Amino acid sequence: MSDKDKKVLITGNEVIAEAAIRAGCRFYAGYPITPQNELTAYMSRHMPEAGGVFIQAESELAAISMVFGAACVGERALTSSSSPGISLKQEGISYLAGCRLPAVIVNMSRGGPGLGNIAPGQADYFQSTRGGGHGDYRTIVLAPNCGQEFFDLTRLAFDLADEYRMPVLILGDGVLGQMAEPVKLKPGIKYEPAHQKKEWALTGNKTGKPKIIRSLYLGQGVLEKHNLELKKLYDKIEQEDVRSESFYVDDSEVVLVAFGISSRICKKVMQEARKEGVKVGMIRPITLWPYPYEIISRAAAKKVKFLVVEMNMGQMIEDVKLAVGGKAEVHFYGRTGGEMPQEKDIMEKIKQVIK
Amino acid sequence: MKEIYKKSNILTDAITHYCPGCGHGIIHNLVCEVVEELGIMEKTIAIAPVGCAVLAYDYWKFDTTEAAHGRPLAVATGIKRARPELIVFTYQGDGDLAAIGTAETVHAANRGENVTVIFVNNGVYGMTGGQMAPTTLLSQKTATCINGRNAKRDGYPLKVSEMLAVLDGVCYIERTSVHNPGAVIKTKKAIKKAFQNQIEKKGFSMVEVISQCPTYWGLSPVEAVEKIEKDIIKKVPLGVIKDV
Ligand SMILES: Cc1ncc(C[n+]2csc(CCOP(=O)(O)OP(=O)(O)O)c2C)c(N)n1
Repeated sequence: MSDKDKKVLITGNEVIAEAAIRAGCRFYAGYPITPQNELTAYMSRHMPEAGGVFIQAESELAAISMVFGAACVGERALTSSSSPGISLKQEGISYLAGCRLPAVIVNMSRGGPGLGNIAPGQADYFQSTRGGGHGDYRTIVLAPNCGQEFFDLTRLAFDLADEYRMPVLILGDGVLGQMAEPVKLKPGIKYEPAHQKKEWALTGNKTGKPKIIRSLYLGQGVLEKHNLELKKLYDKIEQEDVRSESFYVDDSEVVLVAFGISSRICKKVMQEARKEGVKVGMIRPITLWPYPYEIISRAAAKKVKFLVVEMNMGQMIEDVKLAVGGKAEVHFYGRTGGEMPQEKDIMEKIKQVIK
Repeated sequence: MKEIYKKSNILTDAITHYCPGCGHGIIHNLVCEVVEELGIMEKTIAIAPVGCAVLAYDYWKFDTTEAAHGRPLAVATGIKRARPELIVFTYQGDGDLAAIGTAETVHAANRGENVTVIFVNNGVYGMTGGQMAPTTLLSQKTATCINGRNAKRDGYPLKVSEMLAVLDGVCYIERTSVHNPGAVIKTKKAIKKAFQNQIEKKGFSMVEVISQCPTYWGLSPVEAVEKIEKDIIKKVPLGVIKDV
């Protein structure tokens, strides 16, 4: 096996950290919370080796604001947390969106509401895909389902954040974060101080014309104009950056819709079902925003039945229903409070749906 | 005619939104003069607060970012750590620095972040209509303590500069005012030192400037500066609090 194809066994949390460094990220600030602690710990060791900045912040509010600061001067910056901490980061995420600053935020989500538990959850779907903080904005949400994808999508997250000058969220969960899987670590990009390519980044006023980073727009119609600029960006992203994966959609009676760790379980169920001659397919959104409405909508036209499987009380199902527009049946199977859906229960549900 | 005084070149020509007699304009000018004199304009980054000085970037020509209410020192930390060669300062009110941003302030100071803090203490929340601030003095009347700050109900004025001074990461803290020409000159000297310290990589430096807010003190501009002389600086003494 050539070195190029060598894989390493590494947890999801750690692989994101390594991928970020290889993507030219040179700034990390975080605050401890389970189940993402391996990411912070990895950064504390490896970011300094890469010549970057690691800060253990006093809170998630501070960590996201530190990332905001690093982003202002053009640095590729990352922060990570889990659900309760992500709630605190929403202030900063809204400011990043309003100020048009790129940054990557990782949520290894857990059971909620409140302190909930430290088991894996997908209950932050609404928060992730609807902006999350205050105001009229979007964040791109990437939902990897395995270690390799954590690596690949982390790099993509930084590229998208820079391209669109906006915050990008990577949504995982406690299982994906803490499970070790074989991953091919692709070589890093050559580190070039990112700010040299970002003409808007603050450098100190050398031209007489100051650069200003702000989300405050007073005066009649000024904020609306700014927001409509954001809207144009969001429309473009909805056109160009939808990502999903489909299996057997053209040859299915039931199409499972699931993301993240649920999609891993669903894929297994799908394979077992097909062995038994039950025609099951699957659509897996990889971007939760922008959402793959079209793919689902096209499948709906073929009169399949949908079964949405989530680790919450039913959140993504609202997007599936939007896409389906009443043209097909949409069913739900979910577990909440940090519990995992079991293969046999999903299978059982598929059989009920078919009947 | 000989020009003996003019505003700093770093100030813009914009008409400020500050009330008559407000201290912010003087303090903006002092910061600009100091940066000009130190010749560091081309590498200085300002962080504007949420508070009356929220539009500071309209009034000065520094490359500037806003920060969420209370978070300037976390933002400053991000900038300075990412680009240590830049000169970074925050400009913050007492609500911003000592209420909603207390944690960010204490921890940036404790980490000894090598930044400069201009802390404008007017004893009220100016921007939102003159409510009680952490620094509001006992018996001082505000929109949310109309009978005067009452220790039993409202607690005591927060001695934030004194609190920060005990932290090992802090290099320099001085409390000054801008209520008369002598005080303005002293404030300028203090601000210069706070920037000089950063240039010399000495660590966290802060100047607390007691600043007049005639509007929300319910006084005329003249009465407001008299209040500082006769009342406030008796209770909140001016001078160097820490210098190492
Ligand atoms: C999270 C949040 N809470 C509250 C506010 C409203 N707010 C704006 S300015 C301000 C107080 C500012 O007071 P201070 O920092 O003392 O500055 P001053 O206006 O007196 O200069 C408040 C509470 C806000 N913008 N954001």
